[in-house]
Amino acid sequence: MVKINGEELNIAGKTVAEYLATTNYDPKRIAVERNGDIVPKAQYSETVLKDGDSLEIVSFAGGG
Amino acid sequence: MIPTKEEWNEALFRRHGKDVQEKLLSATVAVCGLGGLGSNIAVALARAGVGKLILIDFDRVDITNLHRQQYKANQIGKYKTEALSENLKEIAPYIDLVIHTERVTEENTAYLLKGADIVCEAFDNAECKAMLTNLVLETMPDKFLVAASGMAGFGSANSIKTRRITSKFYLCGDGESDVAEKGSLVSSRVMLCAAHQAHTILRVLAGEFET
Repeated sequence: MVKINGEELNIAGKTVAEYLATTNYDPKRIAVERNGDIVPKAQYSETVLKDGDSLEIVSFAGGG
Repeated sequence: MIPTKEEWNEALFRRHGKDVQEKLLSATVAVCGLGGLGSNIAVALARAGVGKLILIDFDRVDITNLHRQQYKANQIGKYKTEALSENLKEIAPYIDLVIHTERVTEENTAYLLKGADIVCEAFDNAECKAMLTNLVLETMPDKFLVAASGMAGFGSANSIKTRRITSKFYLCGDGESDVAEKGSLVSSRVMLCAAHQAHTILRVLAGEFET
């Protein structure tokens, strides 16, 4: 299982890009943390999610 | 009478302790965006005695800014970098200020943020927030980043929080209140988020870290 924003999901084996494509996240508004490190945007399509990974997807809200 | 630099620093030593204050005085913080977040953050950091601020914004002061940003009616039309510099120098006469009146882009970020120990993301546009966050965390591993997401509207003050996302990345806000949905930016709630960011910056500089 892969934990994303606190939710356990059965998506081990998918890449970050493949997972994001199943969501409503706007790729231009997000940053992705995986196991304590930021995932570079250029590596979303080659970063394969593994069993036990923990991710946080930060989706920025506008305003400031 | 404006106090001397020695009197000024002595007063700060008494408030924060000499060890902490020396860390603040020797620090450089870059504030990216000088609107509701950035102008309030800069004021808090200047008052606390942070030694040097890099102030970055391309925009001018507008009448619609005055309800929540640290500018005055007679500064409408001025560049925010210049207007805020004037105000900060009145508050903290010995602060060292560097201003960049330009847009932050992927190309100029490294140049604009040169020398900063901590980068403060204080833009209003969500795509700009994400661009700066990814760029700093991917390419400037020595810098801390303190960003903000979600402070629009009249929601509870207590939903504004600070979270540590990675060892160098802190995020303040409620995480969801977007101005496009809420339709308003309220000075007190924006200032709460700005205070979270400013306080996080001071804590990092003092060597206090969230778990």
